Amino acid sequence: MRRYVVRRLLLLVPVLLGVSIIIFMVLHLAPGDPAEIMLGSQATQADLERLRTELGLTQPLHVQYVHWLGLVARGDLGRSIWMKKPVLGEVLARFKATLVLTGAGLLLSTVAGLTLGITSAVRPNSVLDRLSAVASLFGASMPVFWLGIVLMVIFALWLGWLPASGMFSPYGGGDLRDLLVHLALPAITLAAASVTIIARLTRSTMLETLGQDYIRTARAKGVVERTVVLRHGLKNALVPIVTVVGVQAGYLLGGAVLTETVFAWPGVGTLMVQGILARDFPLVQGCVLVVALSFVLINLAVDLLYAWLDPRIRYE
Amino acid sequence: MSVRVAGVGEPVASIADTSRLRRGIGRIARRDRLAVVAALVLLAAVLLALLAPWLPLQDPDAVDTPNRLRPPLATGHRLGTDEFGRDLLARLVWGARVSLLAGVATASAAMVIGVTLGVLGGFYTGWVETVVMRLTDILMAFPYILLAIAIVAGLGPGLRNAMIAIAIVGFPIYTRLVRGVVLSLREREFVEAARALGSTDPVILARHILPHLLSPVLVAFSLDVGAKILATAGLSFLGLGTQPPTADWGSMLATGRQFVVLSPHVVLLPGLAIFVIVLALNLVGDALRDLLDPRTPTN
Repeated sequence: MRRYVVRRLLLLVPVLLGVSIIIFMVLHLAPGDPAEIMLGSQATQADLERLRTELGLTQPLHVQYVHWLGLVARGDLGRSIWMKKPVLGEVLARFKATLVLTGAGLLLSTVAGLTLGITSAVRPNSVLDRLSAVASLFGASMPVFWLGIVLMVIFALWLGWLPASGMFSPYGGGDLRDLLVHLALPAITLAAASVTIIARLTRSTMLETLGQDYIRTARAKGVVERTVVLRHGLKNALVPIVTVVGVQAGYLLGGAVLTETVFAWPGVGTLMVQGILARDFPLVQGCVLVVALSFVLINLAVDLLYAWLDPRIRYE
Repeated sequence: MSVRVAGVGEPVASIADTSRLRRGIGRIARRDRLAVVAALVLLAAVLLALLAPWLPLQDPDAVDTPNRLRPPLATGHRLGTDEFGRDLLARLVWGARVSLLAGVATASAAMVIGVTLGVLGGFYTGWVETVVMRLTDILMAFPYILLAIAIVAGLGPGLRNAMIAIAIVGFPIYTRLVRGVVLSLREREFVEAARALGSTDPVILARHILPHLLSPVLVAFSLDVGAKILATAGLSFLGLGTQPPTADWGSMLATGRQFVVLSPHVVLLPGLAIFVIVLALNLVGDALRDLLDPRTPTN
């Protein structure tokens, strides 16, 4: 296992370098002077010069990259031009909100997906199974931001059961209950597509596992059906399920950008979109870096988790 | 005297001969009525989008503030009007042009780049393979929509830049798919036979490898167009794609959002349009997979 972990960590180095190059290049993709793009046509020559010096834009590209990478490695992501504050602190503060939303979405999609998938596999072609198949097709075709708006209109504006936006109430809130109430609609919106994916995969993997000889043996020995399904079936079907849950964790992190915008959730996604519209490159780079880094680490964790669950993987 | 080896030098396998394909389509049409309905919906949408300039529609950008936010079935506006009094039916049909074109164009661009790199990465070992696969790994190390947003951030908001971003983000899926197929084909006897008979690499690739890729790539493409429509609409929704006053389903949703309480139709209609088209594309894609790749089990 240790050798596998070391190999996996070493493989991370070129990927992280590549990721950093892409994020660095974001500043230089558009033709023209990045300083002029950021400060607009009204900027004075002195302001432009100051920004060029601050970002090191007068140096050759590779020197700029190495300098930037050095700063990033020391935790300095630069200053936001729009907010006039250090980027790292601002991004990390917002990232907590994104993590809360992504975590809630993942928990919801895993619990609902597993329950739906196992029930469908135990009773294939039942009404629930068919409904779950239709839901999965709908989930893959529905724009997540539209679903969010529809849910918001029904549950917040028409029925008035849940708040329409934000993370806490402006007055008197701030406790866990307040957070959960605000979290409900964004988390359901974010989880919707993932629930169907996890449910369909759990169903097909469980169907395959439940058809194995050892399951028949367990049943023949008189083991209770619940134990057959959960202990003998689910445990052996877990590897592909863990993989898909891990992949979904990453996608939820990315998908949170759209959901956050719909529900004005104060996460890194809304911050990034505001940064783009304000042409605040250091802020955008900081947001992308933090999310991409988390995505890479989640993928690593999933790889390690399933190597631990299934020892055969380590020897491949 | 020359000996002609049967089959060598000709495409080894095409997706299917015409009669088999026709029988397959007939079988799916009988069994999967939903896919037929979906295909008809798509055809209608494409025709509407193509014929938009000649249809008796109002100007999609004509502002008429006294008639703002009219509900569906209002006089003169069958689907009502938006916040500037612009006719929603006209905007939906003209928006279809942008959304469908964006979906097809970005999926096509991603397919061309992805297939080319996948073929190169699968056929040639050594540095070509390393470069292609590491590039794919790096692009896949980002969440899909995040990388697209990052690229638009650099290029600047706008439909063209959003499409470039989505195409760049989308090609690694094709590269992975195609490389896998090419890796297994490379070792097959018919490729070895062609090489033994003196065929050059371009000839082997064009006549013996590419025909085998047609079916998996076609299936992936048909499912990908819907995903690309969703992605473009997502970027437009964030204000990073189509810019006003051009109509596009994603930007219509974004601007209509502020008026959702008073006039839900402003948001429901463009969302429904995206949903129906992507659903139809997914249904047709699934049917196509059943037809071209009968081994893949479907739900």
